[in-house]
Amino acid sequence: MLGAQLLVAENAFFYVIAAVMAYGAIRVVTTNNIVHAALYLVVVLAGGAAQYLLLGQEFVAWVQVIVYIGAVIVLFLFGIMLTRAPMKAEEKLTNDLRGAALIPTGLLAAILATLCLDAFSDKTVDLVSPIRTKAVTSAIFRGYLVPFEVVGVLLLGALIGAVVLARRD
Amino acid sequence: MRSLAVDIWGGWATTLGIKTLIVMGLIPVGALVLGYTFLLKMMSHMQSRLGPMDPGGFHGWYQLIGDGIKFIQKEDIIPEGADKRVFKMAPAIVVLSTFLMFVVLPGGPDFVVAKDLDVGVFYALAVSSLSVIGVLMAGWASSNKYALLGSLRAAAQLIAYELPLVLAVIGVVIQAGTMNLQDIVRFQASGEIFGWDGLGLPLILTQIVGFGLFMIAAQAELSQPPFDMPVAESELVAGYMVEYTGFRFLFFFIGEFGTAFVYAGLAATLFLGGWSVPFIDVDADIMNVVGPLVLFAKIMLVAFLMFWARFTYPRFREDQLQSLAWKWLIPIALANILVTGALKVAF
Repeated sequence: MLGAQLLVAENAFFYVIAAVMAYGAIRVVTTNNIVHAALYLVVVLAGGAAQYLLLGQEFVAWVQVIVYIGAVIVLFLFGIMLTRAPMKAEEKLTNDLRGAALIPTGLLAAILATLCLDAFSDKTVDLVSPIRTKAVTSAIFRGYLVPFEVVGVLLLGALIGAVVLARRD
Repeated sequence: MRSLAVDIWGGWATTLGIKTLIVMGLIPVGALVLGYTFLLKMMSHMQSRLGPMDPGGFHGWYQLIGDGIKFIQKEDIIPEGADKRVFKMAPAIVVLSTFLMFVVLPGGPDFVVAKDLDVGVFYALAVSSLSVIGVLMAGWASSNKYALLGSLRAAAQLIAYELPLVLAVIGVVIQAGTMNLQDIVRFQASGEIFGWDGLGLPLILTQIVGFGLFMIAAQAELSQPPFDMPVAESELVAGYMVEYTGFRFLFFFIGEFGTAFVYAGLAATLFLGGWSVPFIDVDADIMNVVGPLVLFAKIMLVAFLMFWARFTYPRFREDQLQSLAWKWLIPIALANILVTGALKVAF
């Protein structure tokens, strides 16, 4: 079954990208150089964008690129470099709770896998034609308008909260 | 079920290879055309620089070749304390971002540089933001305080001007009702000005504010004067590029001018009607030949404006540069979106 699946290009690429993403994710937490950790995170997020593309979700994929790689990671790197910018790897960036951390991560992985399988295992994706941006936008602005606006207000609240917390005057 | 072998050798992989080669050829050609015409010749005329007008006799035609040879034969130096892997990767990422931007540029009715994407212009702006990562990597990995300061300035600037860049385009997207660059070109070609369809409707007429914002923000994204704080040579030597020599420096150079070429191409496509030209039907076969030439002419026109500003104005101060983006360009861009949206609903 798996052998036959692997012969479809999309499936083959899924596993290749997934392997690269997994390697990047592991390196994010194991590397002793904090800038390298941020750069490995770029690999993971780019892999996520590539997986969206394989599913035909062009718009979501490029949103992932512009928001996460183009803005969030840049802010991470910016913050690191503005405060200390260490050139050398640090002695101890990872801590002693590595073993214990396996329990919550394992649990989280199990819960997410169960939920995803339960919700989407009977769904199929039409890989031939990509999802048009028009479909995505009408889903947001027709079907999910209220949740969309609520998320917007929530983010605005977080933004104002951050400013209030950061300003001491 | 399709087989993987057919997928790869028979179909898209071959096409992909050919398209990759085309784009890889286009970047240096675009960069060199702009570098030669504007950096060497136009700047020499405007600023009375005699050097680049001399080599080889006629108008210094040999200057560019000489520069190329100089860059290639220079020693490849990596600083002792540098993070070597990141240092080597950084220029490649800057060029990669340029490479990806070229993919969606349309040149004729059946001719797009590589792929006619539904998300077109949004894709181009999304991949353009990748170059910031390359710039930050270059500055940090050089292990040099000038380089680090330069890349911090670059990051702050690129984040600030990415917003007005994206927001400036939204007016066009609202009017054309699509993000696909081909459809935006067709919209402009088939439009009419108060019922007169002789010229189509180049969106610069209705989106003049958006065009201005786009050009200013693109200038800042390219770190060209008057927005060249990240490479301010009088205080930072050459900013994040200070430790790069020879071929690696050439990569940054090609990335900069190649990106200038794409931004000019995007501006021409979004605001000036792209490859379409009045009085020739957009679907005529001849447009596949005429289209790229028309687009090239429009690119040179837009690039002329960019470089005119580059060679004319002095550099902004860092705080002026930031307040221009956050206090002026972004509010104006938001107002432009609001007005465009209201007019779109009204008519």
